[in-house]
Amino acid sequence: MSYRPYLLLAELTHRCPLHCPYCSNPASYPTGNELETADWQRAIREAAEMGVLHVGFSGGEPLQRHDLPDLVAAARAAGLYSNLITSAIGLSRARADELKRVGLDSVQISFQSDEASVGDRIAGATAHAKKLEAARMVKELGFPLTVNVVLHRENIERLEQLISLAEALGAQRLELANTQYYGWAFRNRSVLLPTREQITAAAQAAEKAKIRLSGKLEILFVTPDYYTDRPKPCMNGWGRRFLTVNPVGDVLPCPTASEIPGLRFDNILAHGLAWIWEESEAFNRFRGTDWLPAPCRNCEFREQDFGGCRCQAALIAGDAAVTDPACSLSPYREKLTRFVESCQSPGAKEDRSSSTTGGFSFRQNPSG
Amino acid sequence: MPIVHIITEQSRPALASGTRLSIDRRTGEPVLLYPEGVVELSPTAHAILSHCNGEVTIGEIIAALAAEFESDCQPIREDVIDCLSRLRQRNLIVVT
Repeated sequence: MSYRPYLLLAELTHRCPLHCPYCSNPASYPTGNELETADWQRAIREAAEMGVLHVGFSGGEPLQRHDLPDLVAAARAAGLYSNLITSAIGLSRARADELKRVGLDSVQISFQSDEASVGDRIAGATAHAKKLEAARMVKELGFPLTVNVVLHRENIERLEQLISLAEALGAQRLELANTQYYGWAFRNRSVLLPTREQITAAAQAAEKAKIRLSGKLEILFVTPDYYTDRPKPCMNGWGRRFLTVNPVGDVLPCPTASEIPGLRFDNILAHGLAWIWEESEAFNRFRGTDWLPAPCRNCEFREQDFGGCRCQAALIAGDAAVTDPACSLSPYREKLTRFVESCQSPGAKEDRSSSTTGGFSFRQNPSG
Repeated sequence: MPIVHIITEQSRPALASGTRLSIDRRTGEPVLLYPEGVVELSPTAHAILSHCNGEVTIGEIIAALAAEFESDCQPIREDVIDCLSRLRQRNLIVVT
């Protein structure tokens, strides 16, 4: 069967003014130089020819790339719908105006908290006030605004306040995104994972708000897979709908796939994007269902979750080719469950807040 | 102008801000793009949306499509109201 990509995630840089401990950027960065403007423009054109409809400009912080308007213009010329996924740090009025002028379609701004003090501590930077200002400006310019909040133990109890913030900013979409435990987030998971009680309360609050705000604000809340029995249908299946190009030009089936030991990625400086999608080893390694291990191979859910997440299998089980340990049928589920249970004691929380860093290992920028 | 939620023949529909009509280059079919999503459009839905500029009323769109397709207004009226109601519900169009 032949698959086509719908979304290109363009990770323009791993540089970022924020240092959030839950960042899903790889904890060890790829080596090499960031792509040139012309290379990105070519990748965008090739993606559109392959059937891609959306491009997400992400990072790191995509505004760190001064050629961002040239890339947005290339996306527009290729007929792609472009979304800026940003911390909003560096989004001056002049830059926002220019992005609007060259055809940027929508903006997603991350918030760490509804409170400046907490937000700035988690971001490791003075950021909250700038985000508020940028969000208002984005609305003034007529962009649809998505607010994204990564949820973890320290902010998940303020779900109602976070929803009020998105409402007040006039967002049309609010992603209450439970931390996904990859990259820096995996390093910090014992201080980030909410308790079961917190998750239950948050899910209920999100459900109530969804009903109350139906037609006004779309709210997304997904229970984190550490607390579910079934794995998530990660990327809607490996190499089926999504492709990521990282800052140095490696093409990945998912943004965190570089953490899978032994998987080799082809680079757009050496191959066309279509060849990489169709033929490369990385995209074919876990594509379809033929590669599935037991118990996935005969499982009635195999076309729904595709065996779950390869990166999680690699991180928890040490083997990317086994059933996602989030699945109750995985022999490694017990290992994950033991970790989840170790995070339930309320004691750990008080210990942590007494230290200045909150026990976090903050994200560092690439060197050089 | 006030935004209303009930669609009548006097309503003036327009694409919501942040949505865009485009062509799926893989299939050649029309699509409506919006943040994080896509609606694959039937030729009828595409024809309807092409008229939604915030200026003309739904009644005028029905008449224009009836002339374009040399058809009676009644079946077209149903298609137009049904299509626009569903898109309105998903906030992909606005009506004034």
